[in-house]
Amino acid sequence: MQQMPGRSRLWPNAVLGLIVSMAPASAGEAAPDPVKLTNLVRQDCGSCHGLTLKGGLGKPLTVEQLGPWDRDQLVHIILDGIPGTPMPPWRPLLTERDARWIADRLKQGNLP
Amino acid sequence: MMFAVRWLAALLWLAIPATGLAEGLRGTGNLGLVIERATGSVLIVDTGARQTIGRVEGLGDLSHASVVFSPDQRYGYLFGRDGGLTRIDLLTASIVGRFVQAGNSIGGAISDDGELIAVSNYEPGGVRVFDARTLALVADIPALGAEGKASKTVGLVDLPGRRFAFALYNAGEIWIADLSNAETPAVTRLTGVGKLPYDGNVTPDGRHYLAGLFGEDGVVHVDMWQSPLKAARILDRYGHGEEPLPVYKMPHLEGWAAIGDRLLLPAVGRHELIAVDTRSFAEAGRVATHGQPVFAVARPGGRHVWVNFAHPLNDTIDIVDTLTLKVIHRFAPGPAVLHMEFTPRGNEVWVSVRDADRVDIYDAATFAKKGQISAQKPSGIFFTARATRIGQ
Repeated sequence: MQQMPGRSRLWPNAVLGLIVSMAPASAGEAAPDPVKLTNLVRQDCGSCHGLTLKGGLGKPLTVEQLGPWDRDQLVHIILDGIPGTPMPPWRPLLTERDARWIADRLKQGNLP
Repeated sequence: MMFAVRWLAALLWLAIPATGLAEGLRGTGNLGLVIERATGSVLIVDTGARQTIGRVEGLGDLSHASVVFSPDQRYGYLFGRDGGLTRIDLLTASIVGRFVQAGNSIGGAISDDGELIAVSNYEPGGVRVFDARTLALVADIPALGAEGKASKTVGLVDLPGRRFAFALYNAGEIWIADLSNAETPAVTRLTGVGKLPYDGNVTPDGRHYLAGLFGEDGVVHVDMWQSPLKAARILDRYGHGEEPLPVYKMPHLEGWAAIGDRLLLPAVGRHELIAVDTRSFAEAGRVATHGQPVFAVARPGGRHVWVNFAHPLNDTIDIVDTLTLKVIHRFAPGPAVLHMEFTPRGNEVWVSVRDADRVDIYDAATFAKKGQISAQKPSGIFFTARATRIGQ
């Protein structure tokens, strides 16, 4: 551990990652299922945002397009929707952990 | 197990001849196209033999793809999400023209004389019109609403007299474009019709155009036989102040159910269909359904209407008796039922079951399953008989 040269640069991320992965305080929430969630994002979010997420009736969900929003804002939009627009609240169908997983994948542009 | 099934499916694909159709003579009246949305391909199917007879690949992003057919029913014009417009020869199972005409598009229509193809675009918005034979651009109709902003267009249909109708999603307008002189389209603009028209369609006689609104409870009606044209609101506040449910998939008016003097329309954010009397355009009843309807498609002849539903209740189909407006049969073909298409005279119906990678074929009178074909993430199903129908 002490020999790790890049530790000082790495640790904030590592610790943050740890906090984040523990943060789903909501005990009892099942761990996100990547296969199921990827299918949901591509197929069902895709009905408005496009299968490739480059947009449709809904806005593109590309890394550039999502730049101005931070992760928590995206989680909020996914779970509670945007009133007055067709973006529905997904809270009845997704857990907070699911929404965080989706927001991270979209922000990082690495949806499987 | 899944692995083995996939390999088997892959082997089956290899066994399908890509150009097995050219030998010998045949008609196209019992052919159709099935969209494979995730792989950018389409299947050519024979509805009489209940078989796949060809496959065409390299068609781009086919989420929400749709097809219209040439009057001779030989060519299908495929509208992809990525702006791709592709002319497919059903007899040779090949691409005979392809043009990526915009950044993001939503559907198209063919003129009554079969000479023009119009495409409805999200990006850059507006409608572009192409020569049906060469796919050369004939006319560009940017959809600048009354407020001067470019609008996405939806609900594009053909009308008699080389005309097209469509709705401006962002601007809340309905436009009717007359392309008698293709280079100089004459556009009639009906402004301020309502908030966020999400789709539109025309009755089979080409007379009544309806656009569904997302931003408010209501539907906009334009009687194309009247002059001057004007937009009227119908089914105003059909929710009567109830809070609508979250909508996880926009309903479609394409293939809507026109039966005698009634139309059955999906209610937005509600588990019901609304019946509309096509003489008065007043509400004529409601049908309680399993979920939020996406498509309500009448069996040719109009005896029944088949209804599928939005996520997460999208494994089920309701069949509605059009005399009693009651659901008489409910069944679950499988995960993600996306589309239903009847054979021309309505004896059978093909159902795409996306997440089972399958298209099921049912007897439309007994509701018994007659067969199935394999397809990769199938969505829209389009049979060539559409070539003979106004608005399709």
